Formats: sequence, structure tokens, C-alpha cells
Amino acid sequence: LCPVCEFLFPQAPMMLAQCSWNSVSPVVLLVLLGCLLCPPAEASKSSEDIRCKCICPPYRNISGHIYNKNVSQKDCNCLHVVEPMPVPGNDVEAYCLLCECKYEERSTTTIKVIIIIYLSVVGALLLYMAFLVLVDPLIRKPDAYTQPLHNEEENEDSRSLGAVPTPAGARANTVLERVEGAQQRWKRQVQEQRKTVFDRHKMLS
Amino acid sequence: MDQKGYRRGSFQSSTSDEDMLEIAGASVDLSMADDDPPLDREMGGFSSYNGGGMNGTSTMMDFLEEPLPGVGTYEDFNTIDWVREKSRDRDRHREITNRSKESTWALLHSVSDAFSGWLLMLLIGLLAGSLAGLIDISAHWMTDLKEGVCLAGFWFNHEHCCWKSNTTFTDRDKCPEWKSWSQLILGYGEGAFAYILNYFMYVVWALMFSLLAVLLVKGFAPYACGSGIPEIKTILSGFIIRGYLGKWTLVIKTITLVLAVSSGLSLGKEGPLVHVACCCGNILCHLFTKYRKNEAKRREVLSAAAAAGVSVAFGAPIGGVLFSLEEVSYYFPLKTLWRSFFAALVAAFTLRSINPFGNSRLVLFYVEFHMPWHLLELVPFILLGIFGGLWGAFFIRSNIAWCRRRKTTRLGKYPVLEVFVVTAITAILAFPNEYTRMSTSELISELFNDCGILDSSKLCEYVNDFNSTKGDDLPDRAAGPGVYTAMWQLALALIMKVFITIFTFGMKVPSGLFIPSMAVGAIAGRLLGVAVEQLAFYHHDWAIFSGWCSQGADCITPGLYAMVGAAACLGGVTRMTVSLVVIMFELTGGLEYIVPLMAAAMTSKWVADAIGREGIYDAHIRLNGYPFLEAKEEFSHKTRAMDVMRPRKNDPPLTVITQDSMTVEDVETIVTKTTYSGYPVVVSRASQRLVGFVLRRDLIISIENARKKQDGIVSTSIICFTDYCPPLPPSSPSVLKLRSILDLSPFTVTDETPMEIVVDIFRKLGLRQCLVTHNGKLLGIITKKDVLKHIAQMANQDPDSILFN
Repeated sequence: LCPVCEFLFPQAPMMLAQCSWNSVSPVVLLVLLGCLLCPPAEASKSSEDIRCKCICPPYRNISGHIYNKNVSQKDCNCLHVVEPMPVPGNDVEAYCLLCECKYEERSTTTIKVIIIIYLSVVGALLLYMAFLVLVDPLIRKPDAYTQPLHNEEENEDSRSLGAVPTPAGARANTVLERVEGAQQRWKRQVQEQRKTVFDRHKMLS
Repeated sequence: MDQKGYRRGSFQSSTSDEDMLEIAGASVDLSMADDDPPLDREMGGFSSYNGGGMNGTSTMMDFLEEPLPGVGTYEDFNTIDWVREKSRDRDRHREITNRSKESTWALLHSVSDAFSGWLLMLLIGLLAGSLAGLIDISAHWMTDLKEGVCLAGFWFNHEHCCWKSNTTFTDRDKCPEWKSWSQLILGYGEGAFAYILNYFMYVVWALMFSLLAVLLVKGFAPYACGSGIPEIKTILSGFIIRGYLGKWTLVIKTITLVLAVSSGLSLGKEGPLVHVACCCGNILCHLFTKYRKNEAKRREVLSAAAAAGVSVAFGAPIGGVLFSLEEVSYYFPLKTLWRSFFAALVAAFTLRSINPFGNSRLVLFYVEFHMPWHLLELVPFILLGIFGGLWGAFFIRSNIAWCRRRKTTRLGKYPVLEVFVVTAITAILAFPNEYTRMSTSELISELFNDCGILDSSKLCEYVNDFNSTKGDDLPDRAAGPGVYTAMWQLALALIMKVFITIFTFGMKVPSGLFIPSMAVGAIAGRLLGVAVEQLAFYHHDWAIFSGWCSQGADCITPGLYAMVGAAACLGGVTRMTVSLVVIMFELTGGLEYIVPLMAAAMTSKWVADAIGREGIYDAHIRLNGYPFLEAKEEFSHKTRAMDVMRPRKNDPPLTVITQDSMTVEDVETIVTKTTYSGYPVVVSRASQRLVGFVLRRDLIISIENARKKQDGIVSTSIICFTDYCPPLPPSSPSVLKLRSILDLSPFTVTDETPMEIVVDIFRKLGLRQCLVTHNGKLLGIITKKDVLKHIAQMANQDPDSILFN
């Protein structure tokens, strides 16, 4: 693993304990991302991921052909890769002038890991959004302290939003209640941002 | 009233990035602060340095020397005080240097403090590079997902899927492992029904991606939409937008950028990549106290992060630094130049090691040819420059008109529907034309490409005469039927892109406009290049061609024309100069083409400037009313400070606080009745001699804190801003000493100072307000908003469009 990851992973439980939920999930995602991107970048490439590809068009009575060979970038030219040479010695130079040789490399592990990370993050976000839209209002309804999110216009005019910090101020020490408090704060921030951008069109039009 | 509710809203908004302080209404809930990690001891040194140029080594045993959470921080949507931040940093640095002589530990601390900047740059480069690699690979894959799937592994895109296939020479473009949707569903790929099915799947995928993008943006991080560069310009000039560079914005912007690009919309990813890099910079700043607590130092880091963002977008580190210097940053000290370059290099190197496009290229459209060009070709290049300038001015006008309509009319109430309709139109119009069906980066890559013997694309279908072929150099040839088909298809693509980009840029998904502008320019360039090539081929005996373009010679490179066209259009829209040329020359890897690129860029900038003064980003800043004081424009009117200052002739007199004769109740009344962000402090109302300036937020926090924590402070307590408070009879309540929050060195000008100088002072020093005196007595105040309104008025624009403070 990357040395950074070896440093960061022991810190992760401490971070989880101290930080609030809404700051944990993106931070954990970022850490995960960084650490999972490190090994693919350093991973030694398997032999099938490097090649020198020479394409030779038809020449006189010889048909076109594609040659692949696993050589280093310095040796990636017609003379090293085209084997067996289809033309006699004095024609080799003319034939090789027509051939196009390219050195190509790729890392299939990197691609696979990145696509899977991306799809999992999208999936997690979709699930969280579904949770917030469908499940959360059902859980929160019996809770008297929490203001429903769609009543924000009334909340702005009344001072009731000022009342929201007080339950949290009552020494919310358990992890769950802190997570709840942080989630409520985050939701309010997103509300505020949504009002600024989408409703009042003050920014980002 | 909108402003009042707005102010309250901004009091209550807090992000988990910044100090976790909630101010509900006018009261501070300090119990919230206990949730956070305890303030570290370094804050103890800070509070005595509040108030700008105050003497930091005061030895007064003042109760309020204790650090108060919140004093010295800023509200949302406010401008920072550059002078105060910079002097705070100097004081901190001085303290560390002085203490480093005491012990080894302190010496190590000072060394690590010096190195923290470089470590931060390294981390920013790594994170920005990794995120850019993720974005590139995912976007490449998802774009191809609209057309088909790879059976050898669903995570491969078309190019990688066909990497392994062992084909013969004649079949080298066929690829059995890649199945288009119709092949997968129906089993065959040819025929009308298969075409319709492919069309349908393309549109469905495009709609799904863009809907998902806009729902994620709306649901989780509304600040993640748009390009981001206008807002980052404003933030770097000193504005605070809480949450704009936060964690959720970073995650959502990265994810939705991939979705938006893959949905086939006419947008690019370069502008949003700058936003992503700045978010990385802001988030990583929290690891270092030096940058977390100081807004001015943080902006230096953000300048460097912006450079890293452009560097990974184009694979151009130097171009990135110059872009940050020219377009994005406001103050750019030399130290930042070196550090930005380091961050940009690290980011480019990280991206290279992830190798998203294979062959260690960083950009899909890297140009690999080095064909020479002739001086006479400058004429078509300048024509391309003129086209770029005209298109740039047209695009800016129409895009701003459309965005203004979105802001003010009912169109703005249906963002999700708007994205749906625009994507539907784009997808339906794009599929039939092969050149709009492919992703824009691929299109640019194909247009930049110089045709070789083995190229089998339609654009390279020239009439080949194999007898005269010597090696790989192909002479100028007559265009075959494939080229003619490609020409009219490209012309249609050009028209479509010109119009659809106007409606796409500014939607509620992350959208950049570098790639669409380059595409428009590249198409126009290639069309012109092929036209000139054919002209030279058929009329090689004309006087202008005979000298250098004889028959059988390879003289015209249409790919070069495409490149020059791309540079011209990009320059016309963004009005970039040096950074554009350097980015393009880093893309080509050589100095051969600098002269054509410069000619086209200069021409397009002049033509576009003749039509409209502002680039696209400045136009968007003005549209949104951000308080951005343009640093490049000269202020050339003959007004004076007294014409701009407040209060005007018929207004109530200036609201001031006296230094030792007002009670707590008086001050609270002033603070609640008025909405100013600061108040001057004078010796007495009669004399109006200036003592200093105190900020509203600091006042509120200090008074609330004193009422709760200090003994004997009641509404009739006197507030004293001086060192030596006047003696009071023993029965009166104890005095509240607020000397520590007073700024003793506010900037002043006299009322006869020309506004040119005042505007210059605001720009160079980054002031928020400036006091105006007459004969030594305080007369009024000029704030940054007043300056901006005055400039707008002088330019005959609407002064009420300046929205923020």
C-alpha cells in the first residue's frame, strides 16, 4: 500500500469517532479514493498491458499485416518488431518506411478499480438520496423537536430555527445524537444553498 | 425584507469546514462550540493581534485578551479584510521566529511551519491529479456506454476493449468484443431497426445521465453547478462563500461532472476541474493551522490549486500557472508563482502515472506532428482569428441574455425540466451526425490529426496515388468522396454546436466551455484547411502557391488549421492571451506553431474586444452581481471621494460610536437598528475626531460574551475603547473594555481625494471600507460596494445590480 495510506488508515477510527457524520462520509470517501488509487498507479503492469504495435500496409505483392511484440519503448521500431521480415534484405528499409510503429501501454487494474469505485460512490449517493427522500420523513415525524424540511418559509420568519440548537446544546454526547445534530446542520446548509441558487437565483445563474 | 432575512440566514448558516459557530439572530450560542475539538493554544496569540496594526505586545492584563471563538472571522457573503489577515500572518510568523531561538522544539516548529506550504502543495497536486484521473477514465467509459458494452469486461471502453483483439490488416477496424446495444439486444447490428434501437438507447442513456446529475446537484450540493470559475475569481478577490469549496461540493462536482460530460451535452470539464482542484486545496488547508486560520494565506493556496486544476485538464503545467495568474487570481505574489508551479507539476505527474489515455498522454487530443508552415498561411490564420473573435462576442452576448432570462423569468423555476429538455434536444440532434455523436474530445482529436497512410477515417479519404508515395509523407492530394461527405457533416455539426452551447453553459449541472469552444474553432479551422489544401492542389500553378507548394509536395496541414481555429475561438470567448498560447504550445509539444497561434489569438482578442469589453467569466460575474473589483480596468472619471461617500447630503448623519461615553444598551440599539458591517469610533460626538473602526460581528460577539461570562456587565455599563477609561463613581456598574477588538489604523482619505486614487487604494490594498475625513474630522465612509456601484454608474450600467456586500 501507499505509505500515505499506512499513515491514514490507523487515524480513520479516531476520525470517525470525532467527526460528525456528514463530514465523515465525504472524508472517508476521499481517503478511500486516495488509497485505492495509489496501488493501481504503482502496480506493476502485467505483460499483456504493454506492447509495441506495428502496422504495415500492403507492399508490392505482400499483404498488409499487424505485428505485436512486448518490447521496451526504445526498441519499438520496425526492425525489432517485424519478425519474420517478409522482404529480402535490400528491401527492408523501403518496407519499414511504410510501417507505423507505436508503443502502447495501459493498466487494466487501474481502469477496473476506478470504474468500480465510481459506480459504488454513485450507488451510495443514490441510496442515501432515496433514504433521505423516502425513509427519513417517516422516521422523523414522531419527533417533536425536529422541524420538517418543507416548512422552511415559516421557520425563517419565526425564531423557531433559533430553537433548534438548544436540543443539541443539551449536552448531546452520544454518537447517534451527534450524528443527528450534524445531519440536521448539513440539511439546513443544503437548504440554504438550494434557496440561494435555485429559488432566489442570487448565485450561479 | 429580503436583506434582513438574508442576514439572519447568513448568521445561521455554518459549515462543518469553518468554525462551528452558530449565531441565531443576535445571540451567540457558545455551547455549540463545545462539540468541536478544543481551540489550540496558538489562538491565544491571535486575539491580541486582532484589529490590524495594533501593538501586539501589549502587556495589559485585560480580561478580554482571552481568545473568543468567532472574533476575527467573517460572515458568509462578506469580503475579507486583506490588511488584517496579512498583518496577522506577519505577527504569527514573527512570534514563531522569535520563539525558535528558545528551544530545539521551537526551532523544529519554525522549520516545519516553513515547510508546511510545500507539503500542502504536494498533497494538493496528488489529490487533484488522482481526481482528474478518476474523472477522465470514468467519463471516457460512460461516454462509450451510450453506444454499447464490452463483453470482455464491462469496465472497458471501446478503445480498450478492442486493444486485445487479434485482427488482420484488412479487418483492423472491426472489433468483435465490443457489442453495440442493438447487437446485444437483437443479435444483429445492421439494418433500420438496429439503427432505431441504437438511437433510442443513446437518447435514453443520455437522459438518464443528465437527470441523475441534476438530481444529485439539487439534492446534495447546489453549489456544484455551473463552471465555477467566476465564483472562484470572486472568492480569490476576497469574498467569502461558505460551502462553495466544501467536501460535499467536491464529491458531488466530481461525480456529476462525469455524468454531465458522458450525457453528450455540449460542455467540457476544464472549468469544473479548476473548481474541483480549489475544493481539494480548501479541504487540505484544514490540515495546517497556518492556512486554516488565515483567509489571505488560504487564497494563495487556492491560486496554486487553480493552477494545478488547469494543469491536469490540459496536461500543461506552465499554462496552468499562467492561467491562474491571468484569469483567476487577484493577488499573485512571487512566492505563489513558484509554489503553483510545483503543485501543477505534481498534479500533472500524478495524472501521468495513472495514465488515463494510455501512452502517457494527459489529454486526448495531443498533437504529434511537426510539419512546417509557410508565411503566406498567416492570411487564413488571421481569418480564423477574426472568426474566433466574432463567435466569442456572439456567444457571450447570447449566453448572457439566456442566463439573464433564466434568472428573472419562470424558466428558472424548472431546472430539472430544463436539463431534461436540453439533453433530449442535444441527443436527438446529435445521433444522426457521426461527428456530433462522438464525444467532443474525440472530435477535436480527430480534427487535429494529420492524415497518414494508415488512417481510415472519412476525413482522410483522399485519392491516393501510390506510385508517388515515398515513405510516410503524403503529398497534397485531391479530396475523395469521403472528404466531401465529412465536410458537409462537419458544417452541420458546427452550426449545431454554435447554437446548442449557448443554452447549455450555465445550466444546473457542472459545465465548462473550453472544450465546446475549441470544438467550434477546430471544425471551422479544419474546413478552412481542407479548402486551402484543395485550392493549392488544383491551382498549384497560381502565383501565390507556385513558390512553395509545387505538385507532389506536402505543404498544407489541415490539422494545424484546426488547432489554430481552436485557439482563436477559445481566445475570443475567454479573452485569454499568454496562457492560451502557452497551453496550446504545450499541447503540441513544440515551438513551431507559436507564431500562427499568437497571430490568431491576438486577432481574435482584438476583434472580440472591439465588440464587447468583457470575457465570459467577467460577464457572468457582472450578471450575478458579485462584488468583484476589476483589477485590469482603468478608472478614468474625475469624481472625488466626497461624491461617492456615505452619508450623502440628504441622508442622516454617519452612525458612530464614541470611545468611552456609550452604554451597552446604546450600542446594542445601534447594532440592531442598522445593518452596517462596521462602525467608526470617535472621541466624542462634538469633536468627531477619529479613533478607530470596529466591526459589527466582533461587537456582537464580544458584548454577548461579556453579558454571559463577565461579572457586573449590564445594560447601563459603559463601553470603553481606550486604554485608560475615565474614572467612574463607585456605584456605577463595571466598565466593559473592548479595546482589543478596535482597529486603531483604519485607512482614511480626505474628501478631495480623486476617485482614481481611492479606487486604486481599494484594489491594491484589498480594503473593505475607507473613512473620509475633512480638516481632520470624520465626515463619511466609502465601502467597496459604494465603489462598485459608482463604477457601474459611471459606465452607465445598473448600479443596483451589485447585490452582495
